[in-house]
Amino acid sequence: MTDMVANLVPSPYLEFAGIGKEFPGVRALDRVSFAVDEGEVRALIGENGAGKSTLLKILSGVYRPTVGEVRIDGVPLPGGGTAGALAAGVAVIYQELQLVPELTVAENLFLGHLPARAGVVKRRELREKALQHLAILGEAIDPDCRVSRLSIGQRQMVEIAKALTRGAKVIAFDEPTSSLSEREVRKLFEIIGQLKRQGCVILYVSHRMEEIFAVCDSVTVFRDGRHVETFPTLEGVTHDRLVQRMVGRDIADVYGYRPHPVGEPLLEVESLTGPGLRAPVSFTLGAGEILGFFGLVGAGRTELLKLLFGATRATGGTIRLAGQECRIRSPRDAIRQGIAFCPEDRKDEGIVPVLSVQENLNLTARLGPGHSFLIDLTWERENAQEQVARLAVKTPSLGQLIRNLSGGNQQKVILARWLCQDLRVVLLDEPTRGIDVGAKSEIYSIIHDLAAKGYGVVVVSSDLPEVLGIADRIAVMSGGRLAGFVDRAEATEEALLKLALPTA
Amino acid sequence: MKKNFRSHALALWDRGGMLVVFVLLFAGCALLIDNFAGPINLMEGLPLSISTRAMVCCTMLFCLASGAFDLSVGSVVACSGVVMAVVTNACLKGGSGQALALACGIAVGLASGALVGFANGVIIAKAKINALITTLATMQIVRGFAYIVADGKAVGIGAESFFQLGSSRLLRIPVPVWIAVACLVVFGLLIARTTYGRNTLAIGGNEEAARLAGIPVDRIRILIFTVQGLMAAFAGIVLAARMSSGQPTSQQGFELEVISACVLGGVSLSGGIGTIGNVVAGVLIMGTVQNAMQLKNVPPFYQYVANGLILLAAVLLDRFKQSQAERR
Repeated sequence: MTDMVANLVPSPYLEFAGIGKEFPGVRALDRVSFAVDEGEVRALIGENGAGKSTLLKILSGVYRPTVGEVRIDGVPLPGGGTAGALAAGVAVIYQELQLVPELTVAENLFLGHLPARAGVVKRRELREKALQHLAILGEAIDPDCRVSRLSIGQRQMVEIAKALTRGAKVIAFDEPTSSLSEREVRKLFEIIGQLKRQGCVILYVSHRMEEIFAVCDSVTVFRDGRHVETFPTLEGVTHDRLVQRMVGRDIADVYGYRPHPVGEPLLEVESLTGPGLRAPVSFTLGAGEILGFFGLVGAGRTELLKLLFGATRATGGTIRLAGQECRIRSPRDAIRQGIAFCPEDRKDEGIVPVLSVQENLNLTARLGPGHSFLIDLTWERENAQEQVARLAVKTPSLGQLIRNLSGGNQQKVILARWLCQDLRVVLLDEPTRGIDVGAKSEIYSIIHDLAAKGYGVVVVSSDLPEVLGIADRIAVMSGGRLAGFVDRAEATEEALLKLALPTA
Repeated sequence: MKKNFRSHALALWDRGGMLVVFVLLFAGCALLIDNFAGPINLMEGLPLSISTRAMVCCTMLFCLASGAFDLSVGSVVACSGVVMAVVTNACLKGGSGQALALACGIAVGLASGALVGFANGVIIAKAKINALITTLATMQIVRGFAYIVADGKAVGIGAESFFQLGSSRLLRIPVPVWIAVACLVVFGLLIARTTYGRNTLAIGGNEEAARLAGIPVDRIRILIFTVQGLMAAFAGIVLAARMSSGQPTSQQGFELEVISACVLGGVSLSGGIGTIGNVVAGVLIMGTVQNAMQLKNVPPFYQYVANGLILLAAVLLDRFKQSQAERR
């Protein structure tokens, strides 16, 4: 299939020729070959660990391939690290943006090649050039504004403009929409369309299928470091087909929703106020209920969960658990009441990267009742073994540092941290963000198990199909307010979006 | 197979590499330097010269592991010795017996150190001022305070029995060395086998994650600094016993020696990584180098240069290990 694509067009602009990459003990890429033309938007998909990120790092010169080479317009990509790749017109825009927050937009755009005379920066020229480049993207960003004051979406635009100032013709996006709002995503897609018309080669890495269908021309699927298949066009290709190629098996129903009984009210929140909320929030969560929280980024969902968990202090309102009013002033208080919380930002708030899987897993349990000042190593090892087996965490050993695990497995370890506790309410903030399809369905089944045990489960998610797929009832937030509730039976994408979009 | 060997070698280096460095260094010194391997140097000179540092390194390990550090320890060591001497002398003058006077002096000395540590901890944990600024300030305040209390001069202690602590021996090894060994054992157990130690590492590894996991981050930070102050004061009192006086000028630059020893042994400057083995290795390597230089009569100016180079080597090593870990 690949070869056909390569042969149809005389000279593909970007060509990966037999790229292999080995790390000690791991073969990250196994002789991957495919080509992308000018003016083509190519999606790269695959589960985490399939080799997409490694491929991007080879493209941007961070890694050198063990075998094979990358050719741009027929010329092999020179060595010499990232500078060489930049010179060859390659720009990779990573999830974590590479801007200097305390410098201005203009300075960031021309970082490393500021217009200057005798070492003194020519301010006016810098500003004008920056304006020109921003104008190409149709962005109204003040070039003198500090990057730290821009929204994530705007920063991404700056990053794209920065790539263009360097004359990049191959632009790769790594999960570009994971922290963008709906509107910013549309804007990004417009710009990708524009770059395509200018003849750029675009690589687009994403887990979100609907985006791939919206913006990409063709798809290359990876699995376990190998090139599985390239679909030269998306016509007639279904979502399920792509998923099946990625996973290598059929995933019948990703969400695996089972109707289940909902018991007595377990968590009653009344007129809760605090940082991030613009109006008092009240809701009730039943025992065994899965309550979804949908909304746009910045709607106040994360803030609400942090208030419930005591990570930020509420300024008013009451929280009752099983009929009893309780004061939650810190995460410790919340944990004592049987509330668990999995944060949205796994890397910054979830894992302790330099500690082992076993340490990460026992972080909370060892503080609980029945544990003393001295650590019971036997118990900790047994607990870790049990949880790792129960949640099917893939790790070479319990002593492995957690940062070496894939996102999905890290998330499972964080879930496991709570599962050996006596819980009543579980708060999950974007539990499947950045996780591949296979691990997602495992996380969903864990969520259902929690509900089946009679816990109240709150799931915050920006992924519409996900919320619709797993929740018994969906609360929609908008602009720091609770906009309304929709029952599973009546829930549709339109109904949720209508509530979620801020009304003028 | 070859790759496997390499990663095993790396892991082994991670765990015991610095101890190997120490053994080689020790063997080299024993062969090349005349008096190095003699019983007097090995049972007294070398261990005594590193005992104060070893004690304070125990608590600095916790500071560094929690992602902070403490620059005030040198001043606290000096100040607690002075405070102890002044209080003891005042009690003696007031007519109390030697034992009581000493007890008062030691108690007030320890309390002064704990107080400084507590203040450091509260400012860093609650007011969220970074550790560099906070402890830089207390370092100067405490040093100044030591001069004020001592009136700028060494304060002799009028209680003979106190010097026994500094000069007596057990199994031919000086008591301060035994104290240091005891500290290493106790803090080694604390960091490896208690919730206090493991929580400290978790905070250093990712403070926010630790907080959300229910670890009382602020309380532990305050505790770490208080214990650090207490330990520095204790070390200062033992030192005063050895020198038979409290000296306000002593231990300048001590804080940096302590931090370099820890980092040299493998404690991470960015937090989250550290064992007592790291501390032992770092203290021994640094102590051996300094001891060798003294035996060789290397002029003190050159010793400064050597100490600086050791510190630089330590941080470069830390950096190198981190980049290795990222690549893996």
